[in-house]
Amino acid sequence: MYHCTRTLQLAQSEESTVDISINLTDGVPIYRQIVNQVKYLVASGLLRPGEELPPIRTLALQLKVTPNTIVKAYGELEISGVLQKRHGSGTFVSDARPQLAVRERRRVIEQRIDALLAEAHQLNYTADDILRMVRERKAAMDENVAEAAEENKEKGR
Amino acid sequence: MEQSIVDVSNLSRTFGDKAALDDVSFRATAGQVYGLVGSNGAGKTTLLKHLLGLLRAASGSVRVFGLDPVRDPVGVLGRVGYLSEERELPEWMRIDELMRYTQAYHQTWDAAYARELLETFALDPAKKVKDLSKGMRAQAGLIVAVAHRPALLILDEPSSGLDAVVRRDILDAIVRAVADDGRTVIFSSHLLDEVERMSDHVTLMHQGRVTLSGALDEVRRQYQRSRVHFAENFVQPPVLETALLIEGGGRAWSVVHSGAPEKFRQSVLARGGEVVESRDATLEEIFMARAGRSRQQMEAA
Repeated sequence: MYHCTRTLQLAQSEESTVDISINLTDGVPIYRQIVNQVKYLVASGLLRPGEELPPIRTLALQLKVTPNTIVKAYGELEISGVLQKRHGSGTFVSDARPQLAVRERRRVIEQRIDALLAEAHQLNYTADDILRMVRERKAAMDENVAEAAEENKEKGR
Repeated sequence: MEQSIVDVSNLSRTFGDKAALDDVSFRATAGQVYGLVGSNGAGKTTLLKHLLGLLRAASGSVRVFGLDPVRDPVGVLGRVGYLSEERELPEWMRIDELMRYTQAYHQTWDAAYARELLETFALDPAKKVKDLSKGMRAQAGLIVAVAHRPALLILDEPSSGLDAVVRRDILDAIVRAVADDGRTVIFSSHLLDEVERMSDHVTLMHQGRVTLSGALDEVRRQYQRSRVHFAENFVQPPVLETALLIEGGGRAWSVVHSGAPEKFRQSVLARGGEVVESRDATLEEIFMARAGRSRQQMEAA
């Protein structure tokens, strides 16, 4: 009986969840993590224009965070044009704002590059070393992909 | 201005010759969640008991909904829900009796909500309080605390000793109180990840004093954690300006610091080191820095 009730609850809440997870170890404020992840989902096309986001209460229950944090995150996403509140219905992804997606995709990659450069500096690699290594890794990766494709073709025969 | 729900100013209290509360001020406004953290004996429970009128303010003042909870217990307690750390409930009552008994005290009792929670928690109404497990006792205590939809919900160490499932029930109740009704919640907890998730404001108590209080995001912004590398080996932690907590050894140290980041960086440079990485500190790191090992440094500051 106990377990039945739980499963039922989960099934009900699952219909409007969104793929966001909170990490408390890296010092980023929770509302900022939500903002970044929603932007990421929009930039990568996993959330499409016109799609509805979960209501504040639902997302707060899902993430186990204070509802005011969701209010703050949605508010910021609304100001930056990612989300749109429609009166009396809910919160939706804004209609196509391609330049925003471009900016956000760039931001995600730049963040990774900054971390890479900091790490490289610690290990005494220059930016030029890194550029060369990126090309080498890419070439090796492409080769692997080509080989795998070749193997698949052979198997298919 | 936001509606003030709780106003405590300059509250002091001694038990014997021990200062339980020392010049504590605390304010809570409507619709917000307040997390109270601090080691055992820091004064959290004593502060909460003053809000409920269970203790009389020896010096300073306590106002809840603008009322003195000792002089006007009816006006205050009718609008407050309380889950005590010991979960004191009448042992001899059955759960359904406990519900009827509590309902009799509250005009605003929401029977449908109480029933829904009973079902969600799968509590047997015929069971006696004294036969409940620790988790069930907390769930029963929670229903009694929230079913009259109080304007102020006070939870003292609600998660203490509970498994993950019941802890989730408690957090859900907090979320619902705020999201559905715009209520105010004050809870104390030693689980810092829970406080970080659930609080809009955080208050850190240490030895009867409030050592830190504010909006969580603002408090967090005032503290950084940096990784620092030095050219030379340090046997003792290096002395660095604005540093509150230093851990590590040899050439690599991890530092929690507060104040101007530039001042910290210069101080590291002056000792032949380099800041490798910096980020905002987590609540856990702030807590350790302000209430943990580096106490002498803090008091010296």
